Amino acid sequence: MSEVAEKKAVVATPREPLFSTKNRKLLTDPFDDNNPITVQVLGICSALAVTTQVYPALVMAISVVFVCAFANLAIALMRKGIPPRIRMIVQLVVIATLVTIVDQMLKAFAYDVSKELSVFVGLIITNCIVMGRLEAFAMGSKPWPAFLDGIGNGLGYGAILIVVAVCREFFGAGTILGYKLIPEAIYSAGYVDNGVMLTPAAAMFVIGILIWIQRSRNTKLVDIS
Amino acid sequence: MDLLNIFVKWAFVENMVLAYFLGMCSYLAVSKTVKTAFGLGLAVIFVLAITAPVNYLIRQYVLVEGALSWIHPSLATVDLTFLQLIIFIAVIASMVQLVEMIIEKASPALYNSLGIFLPLITVNCSILGGSLFMVQKEYNLIESSVFGVGAGFGFFLAIIAIAAIREKIRYSHVPAPLRGLGIAFIITGLMGIAFMSFMGIKL
Repeated sequence: MSEVAEKKAVVATPREPLFSTKNRKLLTDPFDDNNPITVQVLGICSALAVTTQVYPALVMAISVVFVCAFANLAIALMRKGIPPRIRMIVQLVVIATLVTIVDQMLKAFAYDVSKELSVFVGLIITNCIVMGRLEAFAMGSKPWPAFLDGIGNGLGYGAILIVVAVCREFFGAGTILGYKLIPEAIYSAGYVDNGVMLTPAAAMFVIGILIWIQRSRNTKLVDIS
Repeated sequence: MDLLNIFVKWAFVENMVLAYFLGMCSYLAVSKTVKTAFGLGLAVIFVLAITAPVNYLIRQYVLVEGALSWIHPSLATVDLTFLQLIIFIAVIASMVQLVEMIIEKASPALYNSLGIFLPLITVNCSILGGSLFMVQKEYNLIESSVFGVGAGFGFFLAIIAIAAIREKIRYSHVPAPLRGLGIAFIITGLMGIAFMSFMGIKL
């Protein structure tokens, strides 16, 4: 989408306060007007892969906030020294390093979680949100706005991830975070969990409906073409 | 015959986009018109067809245990497979950079319409996924080249199909907030369910 390609001109005066209106906007925009998944169309693959249950989605969201924020910060600090021809390789090395740090941290402090999530953590490398924000924002802005942009986009991504995961786990397995929410009485009355919700195709439907809801509330996002 | 089977299997039965739902971001974002979809599809075929065999060679002669013994016999116990992910990504990134330069020279119009999604092929999960599947299925050099072309062709087919549907759907009465991206998600879900019918075909 064209929004991504536009490098937002951040005019930062030397005395700009840390949380000026503009910087606050960097944090809040990704939740609605510029959401990574529903508006910028970045990071769909992992949104499909990790949202069958709420718990992996939660860990994935936290890891992406961390990786996105610090990758943006690192690239914004180095932006003047990176030759444009090899910028992708530089960006990927930064991302891969940060993902390795997350992976090792999880292994050290939450071994059970990391066992369960090993594949998903590796998926962050190929999560286009991180690289998309590096390309579109961090390459042309100062470190502090870039850092905020990373946090904002990570959180906006995480919010969608958790909503989708809640829908899929609730309707697909009748649980949230592993706790049974639908009482046995309903099952004995003939209710059956909807197995389709656990297939990747259902994630497409849920995200499609989320976009529908978001755009009917926020009419300026509506696609006229 | 085996090679033809591999091609058909990865182009249809185990289509990267519609069976594994990999490479979704660029698939959804660049499928507004058939023309740009065609360009991206070709770029993905090219990148996959090169990276699969190159990564195969690197894995066989550098990464797996004992692979380095061609340098010196004492290196026979070195096992570098833990570097696999980073090496694969580096190969993919350099290939994509190459493709980017070629397209920029050959067709500036296509280059502009692909925009940010050309560099994002690097993080297109279907490319890295392709290399990892190639490892998992233990293909040899020729098989992995055919696999790369087949998987790329599957992506090409899928992205052309959705672009054609999206061009036509402009003439139907989709509710305004669902237009564009929203309906594209739902169409993809339906196409995915349709492709489930290929499941279980053994070639």
